[in-house]
Parts: sequence; structure tokens; C-alpha cells
Amino acid sequence: EEEGTLEFDMVGIDAAIANAFRRILLAEVPTMAVEKVFVYNNTSIVQDEILAHRLGLIPIRADPRLFEYRNQGDEEGTEIDTLQFQLKIKCSRNPRAAKESSDPNELYFNHKVYSKHMTWVPLGNQTDLFPDADFRPVHDDILVALLRPGQEIDVLMHCVKGVGKDHAKFSPVATASYRLLPDITLLQPIEDEAAEVLQKCFSPGVIEIQNIKGKKVAKVANARLDTFSREVFRHEGLKNLVRLARVRNHYIFSVESTGILPPDVLVSEAIKILMGKCQRFLNELDSVPMD
Amino acid sequence: AEPGERSEVQADGTDGSCVTFVLHDEDHTLGNSLRYMVMKNPDVEFCGYCITHPSESKINFRIQTRGALPAVEPFRKGLNDLMGVCQHVLNTFEKSMKEYRAQREEEMQVAFEDGSPHGCV
Repeated sequence: EEEGTLEFDMVGIDAAIANAFRRILLAEVPTMAVEKVFVYNNTSIVQDEILAHRLGLIPIRADPRLFEYRNQGDEEGTEIDTLQFQLKIKCSRNPRAAKESSDPNELYFNHKVYSKHMTWVPLGNQTDLFPDADFRPVHDDILVALLRPGQEIDVLMHCVKGVGKDHAKFSPVATASYRLLPDITLLQPIEDEAAEVLQKCFSPGVIEIQNIKGKKVAKVANARLDTFSREVFRHEGLKNLVRLARVRNHYIFSVESTGILPPDVLVSEAIKILMGKCQRFLNELDSVPMD
Repeated sequence: AEPGERSEVQADGTDGSCVTFVLHDEDHTLGNSLRYMVMKNPDVEFCGYCITHPSESKINFRIQTRGALPAVEPFRKGLNDLMGVCQHVLNTFEKSMKEYRAQREEEMQVAFEDGSPHGCV
């Protein structure tokens, strides 16, 4: 729907399968993230391991489908499974700053280290493999560390392909969730003041008030917008006139991407991953001779 | 065990109609959706799964069939059915995504034409 988030409906499906898609989105759709940090110099007050952890959590805009998983125990990495980034920055005093200034932004150069300072260092033949690639962090303005004059950070990072069940930093979504479509039924006509009270019980847009022959009559306009606040049940006069239910096979998914891949691609990938799981076991069945 | 490796456990004194499949490197994601698909099969008397231990990444997937049907058959059918469901969901999703994109483009086009100055000289 909007940039980076997608809301879609999946109708006529069971929770078992809807939940499988959600779980795969969270934990099994791969992305690239910083996994190894080689610290050549770090005189900032951020300790090496904290810095490494912070760098790991930065989303990297690189299509994971272009890369392979790194083999277990492989410490080196090659152009097919690793992306290398460098972060080399030193803070210094600004000689032209006003004497009486106390603003660090004016007094110092490079005192804020942002994700935009990370630069891609191609490995092997990556410049030929990805001629028009632009590998960089999704966001330019993630604050990584603060420096004071004389302090510097000089690190090399290796990004590898991984999945969210190994570490949450690999998760391609900020959230992926589903809810059931609300179903609101008015058991009796609700009119005038009661209709207005009823309208206030729900989220804006759920209940509409129509004017029929000089009477205000409440009508359910868009049950989808309801949040199941159950506010109506606090009103003695209304609680027996309204039935709140859910459409049991109508799932409203909402997928919010971290920005590495568009959300619709993530959903397609998740479905393909579940198919891959089935295929893997079917192959197993065929390869084992049955007696 | 290799990821995705499958092994069968069969209790003594039973035939092939009661089998526990051990699915390595799997969890509720495949376990529950596959259980749901297998349970739809009327030949299946019982189907359930459990995660052996939180620190082991494998599930025991149990199938018992009615009569003499070997348990492998509903297992295979369940996997195939789940594949079919996924394929259907994928096709439907990509189709509606394409429709949505086309509709959005059309709306943008209309908005652009409305806002352009050539209509009001």
C-alpha cells in the first residue's frame, strides 16, 4: 500500500497455512547483514563488540537472491557469498568554528558517524559481476557512534546471507502479522442518541449514521477499520444489540519491510520457501527406496 | 544430520500404517501446515507432530492410517497438496498484485492529466 508496507487479504485459508507464511516471513526469508567486523582501529568510546553489534543491525540494501550462503566454518568469504564494507572515519577540530561556540556540530568535523559513511569495497570480480550495483545501507542517517577530536574508527565488515531464525538482524521485515476481518452485526435498529453513542464506541469510519425519515439510524459502514476495543460492551443499553465476530477464514496480512526488498517480493519469496520445504521432503521420499 | 534429512521410526509389531517421520531442521512452520493438510485426508486416522526438545531443531511427525494403507502415502499426498495450495496462493497473490499496480498506474495517469495545465488555457 504505502512505501515499504503492504496490506493484503487472503481469503479462504486456514490459520495453519497463514501462520506458516507469517513465520517464514519473520524467520526464513534471507537477507544480507554484517556478520564479521574486523577492527583495525577503534579509539571511540563505543566498545568493539557493541560497535560490531550495532553495525550488524544496519539493514543493507543488497538483493540476497544474488548471493549464496557462506559454508559453515568458512572464515574467508568469496565474491559469491560476501559483501565487504569499510567504515573509516576520524574526528577532528574545526579550525574555523566560532570561539564561543559550544555546539559540537560546529566545533568538530565527522563527530557523528552515520551509516552513510559505510562504503562498499568490491571483493574479487564483484565490479564485473554487478556493474550497476549500488550496495549500501538502506538508510543513510543511522547514527552508529559519536566521536571527539582525535578519536577514529577503522573497520572492515563482511556481510553474509542469513535467515532470521539464526539472528534477528537477518529478518527482512519490521513486522509481519495477520488479523481476522471483523464482522459487526447490529441485532436491532439503533437510532438517535444511541446511534451516536454506538458510533463513538468504534474506530472512526466503522459506524455510519444515516438519516432515514428524520431519524438517525446507525449502520455498519466499514467493519474492517475496527480494532476490537469492545467498548460497546461497557454500555448497558447497547451491549445486547451488537454482535462482534470475526470472519474466520478472511486474513488481513500486513507486511512491513525493512526496505531491503519490497514487501510483495517478500511475500512471494515466503510462499516459494514453503514450497521448497515440501519439495525437499518429496525428493527425500523419492530418493529412499521403499520396501 | 543433514538439514532436511528424513528418517522413519516404526514401532515393533506394527505394519507400515503407523509411522513417525523425523523431519530434521523443521519446526511449527512446516509441522502445523503439513499436519493440517494430512488431516484433510479421510484415510488418515491420526496425524500429529511434536518438537522433540526446544534445543533440537527437528520434529516428530506421526501418521496413522485407517486399514492397510502405508503411512508414506498420505505423507506424500500431504506434501503434494501443500505444494498445490502454495502454488495457488502464489499465483493469486501475484495476479492481484499486478492488477493493483495497473490500477494504481491508471489512477496516477488520471490525476496527472487532471492536474496538467493544457486543459485550462
